[in-house]
Amino acid sequence: MTVKVLFFAGLREALGTGSEALALPAGIATVGALRDHLAARGQAWAALASMKNLRVAVNQRMVGLDAALKAGDEVAFFPPVTGG
Amino acid sequence: MSVSVQEADFDAGAEIAALSAGRDDVGAVASFVGLVRADKQTEKVGADNTAPVQAMTLEHYPGMTEKALDAIVAGARGRWELQGVRVIHRVGRLVPGDRIVFVAVASAHRGEAFAACEFIMDYLKTRAPFWKKEETAAGGRWVDARESDDHAAGRWESGSD
Repeated sequence: MTVKVLFFAGLREALGTGSEALALPAGIATVGALRDHLAARGQAWAALASMKNLRVAVNQRMVGLDAALKAGDEVAFFPPVTGG
Repeated sequence: MSVSVQEADFDAGAEIAALSAGRDDVGAVASFVGLVRADKQTEKVGADNTAPVQAMTLEHYPGMTEKALDAIVAGARGRWELQGVRVIHRVGRLVPGDRIVFVAVASAHRGEAFAACEFIMDYLKTRAPFWKKEETAAGGRWVDARESDDHAAGRWESGSD
């Protein structure tokens, strides 16, 4: 299945990209598995696994790493928010 | 249109007036305006990095931002009897003295208006997908989230309001 992955703020800058369409290998069914899959690219991507306060939204709602994924989902990774 | 995310500045007085325009049941309007401060000391980067903020750029997650703000306003309306709510959050590049955020709440009595205004700001700080990047003479730096903001939002969940 294919999902749309988004990155924001410092994470977007560190990774050098704000979004990509990603065809997931079989077996990647949760946000946490997707996070690990991306982190395995190494270098800057490893930050996804080591960031203590990584936040994730699926289809624009904040979720935990155990959230399930389905084809067409929009998955956003970002640091804790700092608005206001 | 109770929630706006925009680059443009806003007129707080006009927004406050609009909340009670044409009605006679509003007894209180509480409002909050957040501004860019120049004197903020950068944290966790060493004592030498205390350059004043020259500007900041606010990034957000279009689509989710509006949904998150709508959900926060709905949460406030679920807790208190409110007659009107207005939230404006600016994005883009701002300089010290610029307005960043506006929240105003109308209700029959001041208690609900004060409480709901603070509730909305506390949740906006921790749930709405905005990120600030400060510019100083020493370069750009993403602002770290503050634990005190999580505590501020958390107190509304303890049932002790």
